[in-house]
Formats: sequence, structure tokens, C-alpha cells
Amino acid sequence: MIHAPGAMVRVKDDWPETRGPCHIRTPHYLRGRTGRVVRALGAFPNPEDLAFARPAPRRALYHVLFPQPALWPDGRPGDEVMVEIFEHWLEPAP
Amino acid sequence: MSDLLRTDGAVLLAALRPILAAKGLASAAEIEARLLETERASPARGAAIVARAWTDPAFRARLLADGTATVESLGIPMRGLPPLGVLENTPELHHLVVCTLCSCYPRAVLGYPPLWYKSAGYRARAVRDPRGLIAEWGTVLPETTRIRVVDSTADYRWMVLPLRPQGTEGWSEAELAALVHEGDMIGVTVPRRKGPADAHA
Repeated sequence: MIHAPGAMVRVKDDWPETRGPCHIRTPHYLRGRTGRVVRALGAFPNPEDLAFARPAPRRALYHVLFPQPALWPDGRPGDEVMVEIFEHWLEPAP
Repeated sequence: MSDLLRTDGAVLLAALRPILAAKGLASAAEIEARLLETERASPARGAAIVARAWTDPAFRARLLADGTATVESLGIPMRGLPPLGVLENTPELHHLVVCTLCSCYPRAVLGYPPLWYKSAGYRARAVRDPRGLIAEWGTVLPETTRIRVVDSTADYRWMVLPLRPQGTEGWSEAELAALVHEGDMIGVTVPRRKGPADAHA
């Protein structure tokens, strides 16, 4: 699914590390959090496959912006965190 | 060689070299060339890029639009390396780069990362308490400046283009480059003009 700049997206609240060996580039602190797409960064071979020498289909990578207060109870309003997240970790925000 | 000096990386490289050569993937000469190039990269290279961006608006625009191609045009080899993104600081917005997952760093333009960049303390605090963290470098931003922490988690490498210090109008690129340090291009510090005028700033 393509996410346009400005779209609100939710990082999947998924924990593959509880199901077995894996390599994940989506930090824990963002799982289940809602942010805004800043830009598409292109497509790259999926590192979750590369790490295990499996065929790695290219996945779209996005820069997603999160307000600090949405991530941390002591987050300062106005401050932000911007993270590269692959498309298969993003879903439209409810 | 004592066991203390035999690092895992060196053992791995020694084992890989003949395999890479036998498979025709990388010759000894190519590996040497890449090692030399890696050693050549340093914060001075990044500082020169910053100074050029401060003095040449067309270069700055190209650098922000396509960091990889623009630094390649300066003779920095980027083939086979992750793409480079450059993030511009403004009076309203300050960038701080971290890699919470490991130690992703724009080595082509800044060289090896400082040791603290890889520390669990830096990585954990940068995303949660960026203002408290950079205060330990003596960096205090105006209340009106937002901090945007950039967590480098995937295929890009990010370098900060810091704000040009006031009072440096007419300075040469070399003079400006001398003001720019490693931390300024990560975002833990900001370039400052040296000299007595600082006392009145």
C-alpha cells in the first residue's frame, strides 16, 4: 500500500521476536504508535530477509514523524522523532 | 600475535579474503582500495561539505535534494554504500541523529563514529530526552527551536547541515570549515564562532 506524504499511519503492534528468530528494523518504542508520513525514501531489499540470506523482495521505505509526547510520558510538546519504517510495518491510522 | 590483538573482525576478514577472491567478488586490490578510502573519511570531509553548502546556495540545494550524488560529484566514492541524506537545521528546527538499533552512521562523509555514538546510553536517551542529552555537551537550544530526533533504522545514512554561526559573513570556505566539528553534523553540538566576540554573544 502506498502512503502519501502527510498521511497518518500506525506502526503495527506486532512482536515477531516473540515467535522465533528474526531481524527487525522497527524499534520497540514505535510499535502500535501513530505518526505522519514525511516522505517516501525509495525501495530497498527487505532486511528481515537479507539477514537470513533469503530472497529479499524490495519494500518501500518511509520517513515517519512522531510527536515526542505520543511516545514518552515526559515527551516535550513540539519535539519529534523521525524514523525510517518499511511499508509492511505500516497501516492506515484508525 | 597475542590473543588480545586478534580481533574477531580481523579473523573474519582473513578468512573471507581468499574466498572473495576465489569467487571473483572482490580482489585483494579492491579490498585494499576500500580500506584506504574508509580510513580517509573523517569529520574534516563533512566540515568541508558544510562550508561549501553555507557559501554556495546552488550546492546547498543539490546537497539537500540528493546527498549521495552531490557528495559523489566532490570525488567521494559512494558506490556500494548506503544513500546519504542531509538534514538542514534552521532557527526553528534542530536535528539530532541516532541509531537506536545499532550504529548506522554516514561514514563516507564523517569517517568512523565516535565511541559514545554506539553506547546504549546515547542511543536510549537520544530518542527519549534529547534536550537533556545534548545539554551534557553544553548545547542549549532556544525554547522556540523544535528538536527532531532522527532514528537511523534502515537503508539511509543521515548527516546534519548545521546553522551557520552569525558574524561569519565574508569568511572563506576554509575558515568556515574550521568551525565545524563532528558533533555539529550529528546534532549534539552547534558550530560556534571563536574569538572575543563570543563573550558578548
